[in-house]
Amino acid sequence: MYHKSTGYKVFSLFNHTFLIILSLLCILPLMHVLAVSFSGKSAATANIVNLWPVDFTWESYEKTIDNPAFVRALFYSVYRTVLGTAIGMAVIIFAGYALSKRNAAFKSRNVYMWFFVFTMLFSGGLVPGYILITELQLINTIWALVLPGALSVYNMILLMNFFRTIPAELEEAALIDGAGLFRILFSVHLPVSTPALATITLFTLVGHWNSWFDGLIYMMDTKKYPLATFLQTVVVQQDFSKMSINPEDMENLSQRTVKAAQIFIGALPILLVYPFLQKYFVKGIVLGAVKE
Amino acid sequence: MAVRSSLTDSAPRTGKRLKAGTVKLIKQNIPLMIMFLPGLLFYVIFKYAPMGGIIIAFKDFNLRDGVFGSPWVGMDNFVQLFNQAQSLQIIRNSFIISILSLVVGFPMPILLAILLNEVRKMAFKRVVQTLVYLPHFLSWVIVGGIVLSLFALESGTVNRWLEGVLSEPYPFMYEKVSWLIIYLGSGIWKEMGFAAIIYLAALAGIDPHLYEAGSIDGANKWQQIRHITIPGIGTTIILLLILSVGKVMDVGFDQIYNLQNAVVSDIANVISLYIYQIGILRGQYSLTAAMGIFENLVGLVLVLSANYFARKFNQGLW
Repeated sequence: MYHKSTGYKVFSLFNHTFLIILSLLCILPLMHVLAVSFSGKSAATANIVNLWPVDFTWESYEKTIDNPAFVRALFYSVYRTVLGTAIGMAVIIFAGYALSKRNAAFKSRNVYMWFFVFTMLFSGGLVPGYILITELQLINTIWALVLPGALSVYNMILLMNFFRTIPAELEEAALIDGAGLFRILFSVHLPVSTPALATITLFTLVGHWNSWFDGLIYMMDTKKYPLATFLQTVVVQQDFSKMSINPEDMENLSQRTVKAAQIFIGALPILLVYPFLQKYFVKGIVLGAVKE
Repeated sequence: MAVRSSLTDSAPRTGKRLKAGTVKLIKQNIPLMIMFLPGLLFYVIFKYAPMGGIIIAFKDFNLRDGVFGSPWVGMDNFVQLFNQAQSLQIIRNSFIISILSLVVGFPMPILLAILLNEVRKMAFKRVVQTLVYLPHFLSWVIVGGIVLSLFALESGTVNRWLEGVLSEPYPFMYEKVSWLIIYLGSGIWKEMGFAAIIYLAALAGIDPHLYEAGSIDGANKWQQIRHITIPGIGTTIILLLILSVGKVMDVGFDQIYNLQNAVVSDIANVISLYIYQIGILRGQYSLTAAMGIFENLVGLVLVLSANYFARKFNQGLW
């Protein structure tokens, strides 16, 4: 009865329209970049491309792949993302499992928890962190990109809370059957935690792929720039001073279609992974975060 | 809520443990400690060691003597910092930009969540969610690149659309007001959808009977939102507000660095940018470490006081 009232229908119409516009606003800028990247050079320069390529061509992608600096950065990003996610997930899973125990089962657990959470409130800041990496001689190594952020407290709390929703009976049954804690973690907890694991893997992957600032400050050798850092300095800021790029590639880089192609390639892995993991992450976040 | 329950170990456990279990618990401690150790080490090395490193703010740090060898200078760095006119401008900018982001950006996800919650067609809701969460996962480098290509002076798409309206291209990225609007807008564009997830979860927890009762009593949609929906997610709103207040000094470096340019530096020069440019690039480590401490302390004080006020209404974070 209520849902049939005129007032509700008007509200519903406005609501749907608003949400449609909002969704379009989120996706159209990306489609514009995609359209520019597939357009002919002159059409892009004349600035007549909207959401569909004008004079369709693969040229800008060919030029991008031909640029050794770009390809090297791309591979370095893949390397960093794979290594960083593997290390990060291992640390998060173990720490999250240990902290999911009650204080009685894991001695001083609450102290350790505060030890982690305090870093969300206070940190040493950029400069001491930078000096630390310098003194550990990690500058110009992949470890400078992988190790400092390996354990995210936020992700760990998500996983920990998820582990806590698993019925204790499952674990007790395994204990009675003689399983050790490592066995229980791998055979009981991990198999039923797919939503949380998928969510955290997505966050970690995306975090590494998108991270550019650490590459900028820790990599003196610009050949070791990850893709995000390369895009930031060379494509967006157009700063060629640190890079030795041959003049032909340099001219290509300042071309609008090539820039669009590189930006799009930078976003592509995320666009590919996102739809598959998206169905998990709402569940993962919700179960991990809102719990009382 | 989230943090509270995870901190105070209140997870409900079913079934009483036997006394013989105590022995088992002690045995469990060792493997648990082994599992926990890597995480602990990461934190000692990469989080707590830099916290110790803030002592360089009270030293005249140079790389040769290292953190411990460099001479102490007391509060000199802080005195120098607050005697620079530039520092005050930077602190002011940081405050203005974050408070604007908070005021404009904070209500948006709440609004979006409430509107999404009113959608009855599940398929439509899912499509909208998929699309509005997406920008969160793009890096600021990508978003910065897109923004520049849209709002550029010569070749910007927006300027072409406005060709008929304006006599000459408008320098969106070079006028303080338009730059600030683009800054705030791009922040909302990127994070609004994702931030709505947590509110959607809270909305899902509201008892549907409340709406039924309200509807029988003749409450219209607006009255239901006002008296059922908003109070229902009040705790979540306050919790997230406390957390964002703590970040007021901390203007996200990623966003500002990718959107700023020299022309708008009067307004765009914020603490994080300053620390990078003066500290990392020009090697003034001690001075910028002092700025870092200042930023962190203000953030800590803000979180604690926001929490203090929230507690007065029984809504505290801890």
